[in-house]
Amino acid sequence: MNSALDNSILTLVTFIPLAGALLLLLFPRRDRDIRLFALVVSLLDFVLSLHLPVHFQRGQPGFQYEVNNLWIANPNIHYHMGVDGVSMWLVVLTTFLTPLCVLISWKSIHERVKEFFILLLVLQTALIGVFVALDLFLFYFFWEATLIPMALLIGIYGHGRRVYAAVKFFLYTMVASMFMLAAILWLYAKTGTFDFVSIQNAIRGGRVDNFGGAAIWLFLGFFIAFAVKVPVFPFHTWLPDAHVEAPTAGSVLLAGVLLKMGTYGMFRFNLGLFPEQSRSNAPWIMVLALIGIVYGALVAMVQPNMKKLIAYSSISHLGFVVLGIFSFTQAGLDGATFVMLAHGVSTGALFMLAGILYERRHTYEIAEFGGLASPMPVYATFFLFIVLASVGLPLLNGFVGEFLVLSGAFRDRAIYGILGATGVIWSACYLLWMYQRVFYGKVTHPVNQTLPDLSGRERAALWPAAAAALVMGAAPLLWLNSIDPAVQNALAPFAQLASKVVGR
Amino acid sequence: MNGANDLTQAIPQAADYIRILPEIVLAIFGMIVMVLDPLMDERRNQKTLGAIALIGSLAALAATLFQSQYPGLGFWNMVRVDSFSVFFHFLVAAVTAVVILSSFEYMQVQGIRAGEYYALVLFGALGMSLMSSAVELVLIFIALEISSISTYILAGFRRRAAISSEASVKYFLLGSFATAFFLYGVALMFGATGSTSISVIGDALHLGAVPVLAYVGVALMFVGLGFKVAAAPFHVWTPDVYEGAPAPVVGFMSTAPKAAVFAVLLRIMFEANAPGRLWLIWIAAALSMTIGNLGALVQDNVKRLLAYSSIAHAGYLLVAFAALPNNGIPAAMFYAASYAAMNVGAFAVISHIGGEGERYVTLEDYEGLGRRSPLLAAILTIFLLSLIGIPVTGGFFAKFYVFSAALQANLVGLVIIGVLNSAIASYYYLRLIVVMYMREAREEVPLSPVPLGLGAALAISLAATIYLGVLPGRVLDYAARTAVDWAR
Repeated sequence: MNSALDNSILTLVTFIPLAGALLLLLFPRRDRDIRLFALVVSLLDFVLSLHLPVHFQRGQPGFQYEVNNLWIANPNIHYHMGVDGVSMWLVVLTTFLTPLCVLISWKSIHERVKEFFILLLVLQTALIGVFVALDLFLFYFFWEATLIPMALLIGIYGHGRRVYAAVKFFLYTMVASMFMLAAILWLYAKTGTFDFVSIQNAIRGGRVDNFGGAAIWLFLGFFIAFAVKVPVFPFHTWLPDAHVEAPTAGSVLLAGVLLKMGTYGMFRFNLGLFPEQSRSNAPWIMVLALIGIVYGALVAMVQPNMKKLIAYSSISHLGFVVLGIFSFTQAGLDGATFVMLAHGVSTGALFMLAGILYERRHTYEIAEFGGLASPMPVYATFFLFIVLASVGLPLLNGFVGEFLVLSGAFRDRAIYGILGATGVIWSACYLLWMYQRVFYGKVTHPVNQTLPDLSGRERAALWPAAAAALVMGAAPLLWLNSIDPAVQNALAPFAQLASKVVGR
Repeated sequence: MNGANDLTQAIPQAADYIRILPEIVLAIFGMIVMVLDPLMDERRNQKTLGAIALIGSLAALAATLFQSQYPGLGFWNMVRVDSFSVFFHFLVAAVTAVVILSSFEYMQVQGIRAGEYYALVLFGALGMSLMSSAVELVLIFIALEISSISTYILAGFRRRAAISSEASVKYFLLGSFATAFFLYGVALMFGATGSTSISVIGDALHLGAVPVLAYVGVALMFVGLGFKVAAAPFHVWTPDVYEGAPAPVVGFMSTAPKAAVFAVLLRIMFEANAPGRLWLIWIAAALSMTIGNLGALVQDNVKRLLAYSSIAHAGYLLVAFAALPNNGIPAAMFYAASYAAMNVGAFAVISHIGGEGERYVTLEDYEGLGRRSPLLAAILTIFLLSLIGIPVTGGFFAKFYVFSAALQANLVGLVIIGVLNSAIASYYYLRLIVVMYMREAREEVPLSPVPLGLGAALAISLAATIYLGVLPGRVLDYAARTAVDWAR
């Protein structure tokens, strides 16, 4: 095996987009070259990131491709990176979506093009960094670093109320992550290290002073930062605003990857560092998750705005993830991870589809459309495919994860599973109803009669997403057999709860 | 006492002069500027005098480096060169150089005669440098006065603007009042311990029972010094003075004298073992952070906004004083350095954008700056992000060290107040960033290209801000030596 690449692969995958952004700074303002270069960089990063799953030692718990170098001696900060089965796929999801974002922004961004792609690539580096960092400081650094490019993407390239949305997004997440910073500082003050693994061992070995009294506050400090990011009901109000105002690429990355930072954080840090507190707080968190599932779905149903509908559907879907994580069952956690990936692909694609329509009509109002299936047949087919993936049709990617989550939730307490299952029904209602209103029947507005169908570039952006949705649904084991050991590892403190669902 | 011995002691040795070498250099260059000013053609002298002053500040920097090889006491134990004094000398000289660089353009645009200005900056720097190396309360008082009087005058340098004169008079009156408090505190401290030497006081308060008089003395000294660093509840002058004073001067007086006064405060609180430190500081820090940040939320004038922000930052810095010496001292020193880097840079940008008569200083005037001058906007954004405390900037590690030092002293309450305050603070800095990037440009605000001097000033402060944010280790280690030196 290529061991030299194994050692540096995470650094490369993380920082190639940043290097690309820096090179873009030097580019002359020829928009076409800039777009092309951004595409090449993001594709290169995607290809490199495929090294991770290809050479991943499946079945082996713990972190792989680790790098651990001293960065700053005081405080004791290490450049420590590594991935397990969960974070590896999130990295690949990020590198997979970014080239699609570049493609989808090709025409829709025509002002300040250079800055746009610089921000996009910087954002990519920060996102990947969040998933690979194993040093709490490094993690916090990347976590905060995602805020600035995202807020700028919304605030500069967004629609009407973009400034309001950008500021709201920034403040919500900034204020919440302050609590996490306080918790991280406390851990550092008591253990003298930021290293995730060392802190975990110290806590498990009972070597942290005053941990008993502080643990619940630390748990909540981390949880609140993640809950706002996910967002868990009632911290969700920033999300619809941010989505509606964001440019398409921003929405894709926001829904596809940024929200997963929150659920990933819950998995890695809340469960990893504070298992007992996670267990004892699980009931109310699961109730919030269930409220999120049902509430998000019901609000989505009555939205007249297509993008807002998709945004609320994200709240609902992410509720499944939280439900799965706090069910403490192998099935639930496997499913939660799979929903994260599936939601990233299918909701990312939904936002791209909505953006394509916006480029043609400059509106997201569902009432403005109707009967689009006849002028835009290819578009309608793609849309239907993604909608079906999103509602959880078996053999497409949405089904596997939600099924596993629900079976995990049932095992924890039947009522959770039953209530959660209604969410699947709701999602079919609002998505299919929207599909019906937009595509079926006669063309209601004459303008829509002449809308052009998908261009080659738009197809190039949608095909990979559709293919991924199909492969993930048909062969989920490709993903689950590397997710499973990581989940088992996370559940080790809850040994009596762990039961294998995936045969190897 | 032996008469002959007395005589030899009364004559300063060469070693004594090395102990105050940077101060001597600054005094000489200040006087050169003053003497040359009337001899030169008024139109041409601006740049020349500025260049001389710049050389003076760089020479002081060099003198500091030279001096650092010869640590020790001088002038009858009144000054001491140690890693602590070298740190602050370096800081003051560097800030002075950056301020002079960013003043070239400003002086020309505002039509201000440059001579006395540069001389006063150098004399002020002299006072500030001396404050950090003086280890005797009366000498500290003299140094404080040298620094203060220079800044009083500098604050009123926009002679044609009434608001500037108001700033100067207000600063002068309240400032003199505050120095009187300090002096009174020194007198009581002398009464309590029988000495004005920091190390003697430190020993006395360390070993014996602490007389009540010492508590009062510390409190009074803190009132005087708290005024100078704009810590609440002695902060009321700050917004008015910062609004009226010339922008480069605000950049100067919000960083260098503040750092120097914090140096004095460190000496008094830690080296002199001041009693009653914890609660005094706790209250002042919590008040400063909260009042500063809440006040800044409603400001529309950028200078007033940064004035309130500087009150808040004084509060964050004070948090370090409530911690234990071994990590509180380095945290405070690091904070002073990184605050100096980012704030002096931010004011350099503001003085450039302000234009003639500082007409463009409201938030509205920054609308669309991101489009009209992407580079300037990006640089200001980095300074603002550093003031918020976003990673890879010095401001992040500054807050980080301060809060983790406080946590190690189990000051959880103070840290929570601080963290919540940082969250509030992000709102108003962000407002400025939002205005620059997300509002449409209004064409009325003229924007001249960035001249060389200002560019250099920005580059230096930017490099320092990023350096402290990426590799803070070396600076912190250097600062940590002080804690070792002072440990007893």
